[in-house]
Amino acid sequence: MKVRHFLARDRFQTLLDRLVEAGYEVIGPRVRDHAILFEPLSRVEQLPEGITDAQAPGHYRLERSDSGRFFDWATGPQAIKPLTFAPRETLWRSERQPDGRLVFREQPPEAQPTAVIGVRACDLAALSIHDRHFLNDAHPDPHYRERRRNLFLVAVNCMRSATTCFCTATGDGPRVQHGFDLALSELDDGFVMEAHTLEGQAILDALETTSATHDQLEQVEAGIERATHQQTRRLPEGSLPDMLQAAVDHPHWQSLNDRCLTCGNCTAVCPTCFCQTHVDQLSLDGKTSEHGRQWGSCFDPDHSYIHGTVIRAERPQRYRQWLTHKFGTWVEQYGRSGCVGCGRCIAWCPVGIDVIEELAALSIAPEAALSKAPDDAPALATNAAPATTPARPTDGEDTP
Amino acid sequence: MTSALVPFEAEVVGCKDETPDMFSLQLRFTDPEVQAAYRFSMGQFNMLYLPGMGEVPISIVSDPDEREMIDHTIRKVGSVTRNLGELRVGDRLGLRGPYGRGWPTEEAEGTDLVIVTGGLGCAPSVSLIEYVLHRRGRYGRMHIIQGVKHSNDLIWRERYDAWRQHPDVEVYLTADTGDTLWPWHVGPVTQFFDRIDFDPARCSVFICGPEGMMRAVIKAMRQRQVPEERIWLSMERNMHCAIGSCGRCQLGPKFVCRDGPVFTCRELAPYLTHRGV
Ligand SMILES: Cc1cc2nc3c(=O)[nH]c(=O)nc-3n(C[C@H](O)[C@H](O)[C@H](O)COP(=O)(O)OP(=O)(O)OC[C@H]3O[C@@H](n4cnc5c(N)ncnc54)[C@H](O)[C@@H]3O)c2cc1C
Ligand code: SF4
Ligand code: SF4
Ligand code: SF4
Ligand code: FES
Repeated sequence: MKVRHFLARDRFQTLLDRLVEAGYEVIGPRVRDHAILFEPLSRVEQLPEGITDAQAPGHYRLERSDSGRFFDWATGPQAIKPLTFAPRETLWRSERQPDGRLVFREQPPEAQPTAVIGVRACDLAALSIHDRHFLNDAHPDPHYRERRRNLFLVAVNCMRSATTCFCTATGDGPRVQHGFDLALSELDDGFVMEAHTLEGQAILDALETTSATHDQLEQVEAGIERATHQQTRRLPEGSLPDMLQAAVDHPHWQSLNDRCLTCGNCTAVCPTCFCQTHVDQLSLDGKTSEHGRQWGSCFDPDHSYIHGTVIRAERPQRYRQWLTHKFGTWVEQYGRSGCVGCGRCIAWCPVGIDVIEELAALSIAPEAALSKAPDDAPALATNAAPATTPARPTDGEDTP
Repeated sequence: MTSALVPFEAEVVGCKDETPDMFSLQLRFTDPEVQAAYRFSMGQFNMLYLPGMGEVPISIVSDPDEREMIDHTIRKVGSVTRNLGELRVGDRLGLRGPYGRGWPTEEAEGTDLVIVTGGLGCAPSVSLIEYVLHRRGRYGRMHIIQGVKHSNDLIWRERYDAWRQHPDVEVYLTADTGDTLWPWHVGPVTQFFDRIDFDPARCSVFICGPEGMMRAVIKAMRQRQVPEERIWLSMERNMHCAIGSCGRCQLGPKFVCRDGPVFTCRELAPYLTHRGV
């Protein structure tokens, strides 16, 4: 069995110090703009001590907690996605030479060794999903790879779940399982720690720890157990890809038309969404052009634009793309669902749309749901496009 | 490691206006080694880049055995394609590719071909037809059915006339709306399927055009007992990366850029049934 160590709370600064000495920039949770964000960190005083979060559909508030712990909150709006998949970056530049020739120059990312403290189980699961997407054999993404390679991950076991969390349902938490260097479990008087890589072991060896007592280990287990039992959200039984495939014309999608703002917040906060928009920026003298990418979203009408047509012109079609991709077609693409149960999309949806509730409504057989709907309930395959989007070319209603 | 997203410099070696809004470009990589190593198959596409404007996916229309040049036929619809239409011999642009999975030209050998295209998006099928005509003996009868929305939309009338001259090649043209000068049929492409003589058990059906038309053709072909895996479709979606990274071209679980643009009907049937997927 792995040796578990105990680092007293008043020695926690030494972890930050050892990481800095080892050459890492340290990033960790800090309160900013009334939320917990991952930012550069050098002193333990900067950690969200005694702060917890209250989350619910469309709701996220930081509150004082009765404990003096640093990691007594569940998830902030963003964890580590921006550290590996940059929100905006330049990929290459083109330069026009005086003789008209074009030269293309790659812009490699300036990644530096970065240690992240406070990574949750759901975030690690999301990272391994992104690894599969960005580091595939055919075209590994050098920008992602460079940032990814430079990460040192200090994970934290969750001892408390928000009401929005459902990582037990997706099988991704609350206990961290793999893909980290060091793991922490926070108790009132300190941290039970274990190393999972040689780099993690080297940092751990440089700390003044004691070996964790039986009692401390039991407290850790009880804490993880508590976080598990706090979760009440469940996914519908059975295969979600099959359910969503069968629900493609479900009348319930239409109800999203009145609720979803298509703001794309859910895709921005989701740790697994990978969509990108590529953009070109010409310099003022017209000689160089930067080709970059930024986060995209399937809620953006441009996302499916082609030949003057927006394929997913209607709001419910875009919501359907999001939910069906996350919980359905993702499984065929990457062997598992694209949801790690972090609950961010639920808390950060401005109108409180809750994926769990939508999945539940969609899992009621369409016939049963239809019989409840008025006779003229609009199905998705209507010809009526909203006036604000280009009209579709007339094409046959026939379905294969 | 260089990113697969960085283009190579290419040079315009030929350009030709086809119609007021269609033109063809002949391109060649300026680095002879890159050009010599370049291989593609029928129905694949390249990403063409204009500085400051961006990249667009464009099908390769030349013959894969022709290694000197890469041909594209393009319709001016927006900023990038309009400016590509301004390029002249000697001008430089960015080019990367080839991408995707093209037409199953080998699998189709020895079978009757039914090629159904709709609208102006027929570039990928024109190259396919030319390819087959250059290897006529390897394929059975060829039926080409081209539908357009309005009779004014028909391009390449001469090409259709030339194709008709080949043995065992039939060309049917039809418009949804014709005018008095339109000598051909008026009505949907599907009206021909009962008249043309092909073996449903030994045929390859290639479809390219608006998705509504594709749905109608698939339905008619199923009624004629053509197996779903003998029906191929060339799909279009918004594309930015062409390598399965940006997520924009997704169609159900498929990345059109990587898994397509050519799919069998069997692969796509569940996702074609509905609008906005
Ligand atoms: C696999 C494949 C093969 C193709 N082969 C060919 C071919 O051989 N010949 C051919 O002519 N065409 C082909 N096309 C279509 C061609 O790629 C598009 O017509 C082309 O991208 C248009 O580029 P544009 O900049 O001129 O036009 P635009 O339509 O102006 O813009 C292209 C891009 O700009 C953005 N954009 C511009 N305007 C809008 C707007 N109003 N709303 C939202 N977004 C906007 C979109 O992101 C869009 O992708 C192919 C497409 C695919 C996917
Ligand atoms: S879909 Fe929602 S709950 Fe699932 S990983 Fe994305 S943000 Fe988290
Ligand atoms: S298609 Fe939508 S849900 Fe899927 S990764 Fe892209 S933004 Fe996320
Ligand atoms: S579900 Fe909510 S967060 Fe997502 S696009 Fe709709 S309104 Fe925005
Ligand atoms: S074009 Fe980017 S994923 Fe297909």
